Amino acid sequence: MSYSNKMELKFLSKSQNESFARTVVAAFAAQLDPTIEEIADIKTAVSEAVTNCIIHGYENKIDYIILKAEIEGNKLIVEVIDNGVGIEDIEKAMEPLYTTKPDEDRSGMGFTVMQTFMDELEVESEKGKGTRVKMVKYINTNK
Amino acid sequence: MDINFMKKNDILIAKVKGELDHHTSDIFKESINNEYQKGYKNIILDLKDLNFMDSSGIGMILGRYKMVKDKHGTLAIVGANSQLFKVIELSGILRVINCYKSIEEAINSMQRGI
Repeated sequence: MSYSNKMELKFLSKSQNESFARTVVAAFAAQLDPTIEEIADIKTAVSEAVTNCIIHGYENKIDYIILKAEIEGNKLIVEVIDNGVGIEDIEKAMEPLYTTKPDEDRSGMGFTVMQTFMDELEVESEKGKGTRVKMVKYINTNK
Repeated sequence: MDINFMKKNDILIAKVKGELDHHTSDIFKESINNEYQKGYKNIILDLKDLNFMDSSGIGMILGRYKMVKDKHGTLAIVGANSQLFKVIELSGILRVINCYKSIEEAINSMQRGI
């Protein structure tokens, strides 16, 4: 049977926790012996997902973000969950350069980064209920 | 995180250190804006000592690009590592902003009007 492991973390939607969240996932993923590039990809994607919860999900109000990570063989699964406002049109939100906050120097690249840097991305959202982003990265597939 | 400024004629060289994400981007943004208002035309963002950047960094760079463009100046990026470059490349900003290996190279290009 292949190796498996799980972690779950709950933290406040403060921007200071963006760095905390990506560092935690990188440390958890380290047991898969990823390359420096793979770690950088994971950190960037997690940072995007957590930033989305803070800016868009909770609109800068303070509430809890749930971060889950799971290892199944060489597969890393990361989930970032908020109970915020939800996304009205997921397809539109995932379009490159689309942003609801152009005046705040937002690039509209968050989901594009998650899609590009991870192997799989799944977004579930309900208006007024919140958003769940699930990302998968296969580690060391070239070894 | 930390930011240091150097001056070369009308070029503001901003050396950005640490990590650039949504949390730190406002601080970097404000520092660069305040310094730029002192009468510069061009900006070089030196990212050699920047360890991490996500798309909030792209927003910060694009915002500074627009500010410089309003004064008919140029913005250049120097010293981006491979993680940073991957985000920069994906964003498409290389169509309007040049990346250089060294500050000298960026200054030479700016002074030649490239």
